[in-house]
Amino acid sequence: MGLPNPAIKKGINTLIKFSNVTHFYNDGQENKITSLSEINFEIQKGDFIAIIGANGSGKSTLAKHINGLLLPSQGDVFVENYNTKDPENIWEIRKKIGMVFQNPDNQLVATTVEDDIAFGLENIGMEEEEMKERVDWALNIVDLNELRNSEPHLLSGGQKQKVVIAGALAMHTSYLVLDEPTSMLDPKGRKEVLEIIKRLNQEEKITIIYITQFMSEAAEFNKIILLDKGKIILSDYPKAIFKQVDLLIKLSLEIPQITKLARQLSENGLNIPTNILKEEEMMEYLCLYI
Amino acid sequence: MFIHLKNVFYTYNLHMPFQTEALKSINIMIEKGEFIGIIGHTGCGKTTLLQLIDGLLEPTEGQILIDGIDIHKDRNKLKEVRKRIGLAFQYPENQFFEETIYKEIAFGPKNLGISDDKMKDMVKKALAMVGMDYYLYKDRSPFSLSGGEMRRVAIASILAIDPEVIILDEPTASLDAQSRDKLLALIKNLYQRYNRTIILVSHNMEIIAELTRRLIVMENGRILMDDTPRKIFQESIEKLESIGLSLPPVTNLMYKLKKIGKPVNSGILTVEEAKEEILKIVKKK
Repeated sequence: MGLPNPAIKKGINTLIKFSNVTHFYNDGQENKITSLSEINFEIQKGDFIAIIGANGSGKSTLAKHINGLLLPSQGDVFVENYNTKDPENIWEIRKKIGMVFQNPDNQLVATTVEDDIAFGLENIGMEEEEMKERVDWALNIVDLNELRNSEPHLLSGGQKQKVVIAGALAMHTSYLVLDEPTSMLDPKGRKEVLEIIKRLNQEEKITIIYITQFMSEAAEFNKIILLDKGKIILSDYPKAIFKQVDLLIKLSLEIPQITKLARQLSENGLNIPTNILKEEEMMEYLCLYI
Repeated sequence: MFIHLKNVFYTYNLHMPFQTEALKSINIMIEKGEFIGIIGHTGCGKTTLLQLIDGLLEPTEGQILIDGIDIHKDRNKLKEVRKRIGLAFQYPENQFFEETIYKEIAFGPKNLGISDDKMKDMVKKALAMVGMDYYLYKDRSPFSLSGGEMRRVAIASILAIDPEVIILDEPTASLDAQSRDKLLALIKNLYQRYNRTIILVSHNMEIIAELTRRLIVMENGRILMDDTPRKIFQESIEKLESIGLSLPPVTNLMYKLKKIGKPVNSGILTVEEAKEEILKIVKKK
């Protein structure tokens, strides 16, 4: 059983709900493998959530359940009261939820940036004028106006991911689910993508569900859900999660260098909290000693 | 094996509308047994450089000399060089295609005309080098492995031909901390115990600072710096920042403490070193 998130108040704002979700698949040799086990959590409007876990912990499987790319073997997933299991709901759900995956090259289809962003709109038969308006708006939000006529494959990795994000925005999606969107990017691209999704959450009020195995990235979010072997084992604020460094190491998660240092100094008798995440904080404590 | 890139230029689509100069006047000498890190932004020419060293690309201008011989003047030498250098591209497991791990690893030696008997030994040895048991893994499908295991098999398939120089392009991308640490221990072992020359490209500054002995910083197709990581992370911080490259977090922390007048040494490369340095100062007080 997943622990209830203390940050989530039960109520009308629940927009995505996982209710006792279990998922298994067949490994091709008649073994049933459980990839998600009794998952329960709720996402509210405007949430800014990171889901973390090691390779094989079930993060991507969970992400694919949000928009019905995968369906629960047991239990239900609701998006604004639509059950993903009901085939009649699936297009309504996918319109609301934009998905961004690891490799942008797999998601880019058109020969110019603006055509790529318009692709989804064309598919739903939108009138040209409105389509143009939406593409302009989406391009502006992700700061790619100047590159609108460029060929997507000539862009940097970070820019490519921004085109994918803009494509989802143009559909007026209310949620973005990003599955390790920075894992193939360099540090500059990583920063660009993180900045843009922060802005989307704060200014456009888009609910963000961000999957990562980098603790340093997860630290930027309001809440963290921690997965291991298909189960939710913690669900809390970053500071509370980072108190459990031993657990995080045991689960094979990446610990920021600053947190590692704080821990080692604390073991050597310095009075420094072991859940420090950021450099500035560490500087303040160290200045008491040196 | 001694590698010498002598005033090398490389231009993509030469004499075509999209002509791009990827590398400009590159001069590098690589001695046997070095552990070299290469850093720089995407598009700075790192991958092109690796492909030139491996003999996959021919320079537009300049020479690549291996043990003093220009590999593009002598086809036999080029062939021999390709056997002595192993290059693992990013996400090497994307190139898997065989049914079993044995066949996957044997693919390289087979192409070199190795006999079946000898091949078995080579596969065994390669798997041992990446810390995997031959009998446990040989008949399994490479596609049934975890991400970390796949990466190790991909590297084993490069080690099978027993290269003297091993080039790794972002080998830890997408791996979790445990798989990453295992892989890094393996790379360290190849360097220390097997005395291989290692060339490692990574965006991860922590890994670069901890493992490499020499660091090459690239920017816009040129070599901007070529020195020990300690010296670069101590003396060229502002230059690194000006081209948008970051420092390992503990290196940056110590640098900032020094900048506000604290009596610490900068040029710290690892968490362990930072801890020692801080405790030393605390004890003095």
